[in-house]
Amino acid sequence: MAEVEISQLHKTYPGGGRPATRDVSLTVADGEFMVLLGPSGCGKTTLLRMIAGLELPDRGSVRIGGRDVTYRAPRERNLSMVFQSYAVFPHKKVADNIGFGLAMRKADRAVIQDKIAWAAGLLQLEDYLDRYPSQLSGGQRQRVAVARAIVMEPDVLLMDEPLSNLDALLRLQFRAELKKLLTDLGTTCVYVTHDQVEALSLGERVAVMKDGEIVQCGPPMEVYDSPASEFIGGFIGSPPMNFLDATLRRDGGEAVIEVAGQRSAAPGSWAAFAEGPVRIGVRAETITAHRAERSGALRAVTEVAEPLGSTTLVTAVLGEQRIKVQVPPDFPVGAGDDLWLDLRADRLSCYERDTGRVLVSDR
Amino acid sequence: MTEAASRPARARRPPVPYLLLIPSALFMLALFGWPLIQGVLASVQTPGGGYGWENVRRMTAEPHFWPAVRNTALLIVIVIPLQFALAIAMALLLRERPRLSGLYFYVWAVPLAISDLAAGLVWLAIFADQGYLNSALAGLGLSESGYEWLSYEHPGTMLAAVVVAELWRATSLVFIILVGGLSVIPKEYDEAAQVFGATLWQRVRHVTLPLLRPSIQVALILRTILAFQTFAVAQALAGRNFPLLIGETYEWYVNLQNPYAASAVAMIILGVSMFTATVYLRALRQPDVIRGAR
Repeated sequence: MAEVEISQLHKTYPGGGRPATRDVSLTVADGEFMVLLGPSGCGKTTLLRMIAGLELPDRGSVRIGGRDVTYRAPRERNLSMVFQSYAVFPHKKVADNIGFGLAMRKADRAVIQDKIAWAAGLLQLEDYLDRYPSQLSGGQRQRVAVARAIVMEPDVLLMDEPLSNLDALLRLQFRAELKKLLTDLGTTCVYVTHDQVEALSLGERVAVMKDGEIVQCGPPMEVYDSPASEFIGGFIGSPPMNFLDATLRRDGGEAVIEVAGQRSAAPGSWAAFAEGPVRIGVRAETITAHRAERSGALRAVTEVAEPLGSTTLVTAVLGEQRIKVQVPPDFPVGAGDDLWLDLRADRLSCYERDTGRVLVSDR
Repeated sequence: MTEAASRPARARRPPVPYLLLIPSALFMLALFGWPLIQGVLASVQTPGGGYGWENVRRMTAEPHFWPAVRNTALLIVIVIPLQFALAIAMALLLRERPRLSGLYFYVWAVPLAISDLAAGLVWLAIFADQGYLNSALAGLGLSESGYEWLSYEHPGTMLAAVVVAELWRATSLVFIILVGGLSVIPKEYDEAAQVFGATLWQRVRHVTLPLLRPSIQVALILRTILAFQTFAVAQALAGRNFPLLIGETYEWYVNLQNPYAASAVAMIILGVSMFTATVYLRALRQPDVIRGAR
C-alpha cells in the first residue's frame, strides 16, 4: 500500500488539439478510495492510464509510495488494474487468469494456488476456476478481473469504469460488494467513473474533472451539498441541482434572495456578498413543499408530478423558471396546483451569474 | 421453440440458396474437379492403356526424385520457421505504431505483388557469378574473383540463396495475415499483461501468440501448401541443380513428355499437402470455449 502523488501532469495526445489533462495535481492518501468523476472526454481515463504507466505524460510527475515512477514501465510500478472491458484472457481458465500476475512474477506454485483460492473465495468464484471466460456471465467475468487484481497485493489498485458493462441490478449488487471488499483490504484505490451515483456511494473522496482539470475534490457529501460550480451541481445528483436566477439583497442587515418578485431568507453569511444578480443552487430534496400559503415560502405552480416510488418528483414553475422539488409519495399534488416552496436557507449555494463559480464567505 | 416453429416454413421456401450455388459448383467441377480426376487417373495409367504402379516406379527410379523430395522438405523445414519468426516480429513492430508505420507496411507487403519468376530473376542478378553480391564483395576488396554461390559444387550456398530468396518473396503473405489477425485483438489484453507485470517476451508468449492462434493457423496452412509448390525462384536460381518436387512435375511433363509420371509426382504433392494441413488443423485446434469469448 502506498500514497499516490500526482503533480502537474500534462498530456496532449499526438494529433489532438486540446490537452487531455492540464497540469493536474492530486494526492491520494495511503489506503484511500479516490474516485475520478467526470463526463466522457474529461481526461479521467487518461489520468488513470498515466498512473498505470500505459500512457506517458508530456510533463509532470507521478510518485507512488514516494518513488518517482513517471516514466517507468507499468510492470515496475507494483499496481494492478481492472479494465472497463475486463480484459480477462479468453484463452486461460479462470484460475490461470487470477494467477496470471503471480505467474509472471514467477511466484512459487503453492503460493499462487493459495492466493487463487483466497481471491476466488472472496469473490465467490470457487466453482468456476476450471472454466474458460466464455463460459461465464458478464458479472462473473467482472469478478475474475477483480480477483486477478487483488491477488497481486498491489500498492495501488486502479479501476477504469469497472461496473459500466453490467446491467443495472448487478451493478447495484456488485457496487456494495466491491465497497466492502476494498474497505476490508485497505488498498489505495483510484476509481474512474462517469456515474455520479457510483462516485458518491464508493468514494472516500471524489475528484470531479472537466476539460482535463480537477474542478472540485472532496468527500462525496461535501461535493454533493456544496458544488463548487454550476457544472458540478448539474452533473452530480439525480435530479441535478436546481439553479435559479435571483437577486441578492440586504434587508436591515439580513441577506435575502428575491426570486420572481418573491423573497426568501438567505444564510446569514451571505450578508457579506455584494447585492445584485446571482444564481441560487438548491437541491430538490432540501425543498419543503406546502399546499397552503406560508410566509417566507415561494409560490409556484405545479407543471407535472412524477411518482418515482419512494418519492414524487414535482416540476413547478416559479415566475418563468422551472424548479424540481422532491415531495413524499403521498403528497397530494397534480398539474396546475399551487405550491408554496420553503427553501432551507442553510442548504442553499450562491453562484456568480457570469462564471457559475460558487461564492464563499470568509467567515 | 423459435427454431422448431420456423423450420417447416424454411423447408417450404424455394431453394434459392442452392440455385445461387449452382454456377460456382459447376465452375469448380469443370475447372477443378474434372482435372483432378484426370490427374488421379493419369497417375495410375500406363502408357499401354492399362492401370498400375508403373508411373510410380518410373518416378522413384528417376535420379532427381529423392534429391527433390529432400530439397523440398529441407526448404520447408528451414524457411517456414524463419518466415514466421520474421513475420511475427514485423507485425509486432508495426503494432507499436512507430513513425512511418504506414510506409513500412507497404514496403514489407510489396514482395506479395511480384511474380515468382521475377523475384527469382532479381535474386539471380544478385547471386550470379557476375552478380551484384560478387561485385559488392570485389568493390569492398573482400574477394577478387567472387564466389560461385549457385554452383552445383557448393550445395550449401545454393540452398542458402534459395532460402534467402524465398524468405524475401513469401514472408509478406504471412506478415499480412498476422497483421490482420493482430488488428482485431483488443489492446486491453496486452495492456492488462503489462500492468500485471509481464515482460515483453511474456506478453508475446502468454497473451499475444495464443490470441493470434487462428491467424497463425491460417498462415501456416497457406504457407506450407505454397511452399510445397516452390518452383520459379529455385528454377531461376539453380535450375535442375536444386531439384524440387514441383520442378520434377514440370520436367516430366515438358521435357520428358510423360504426363503420367508428372501426374504421379503431382499426386505425391497433393497427398503431402493435405496431410500437413490436417496435422496443423488438429495440432492448433482451439476449443470452442476459447473462441467464443471474443
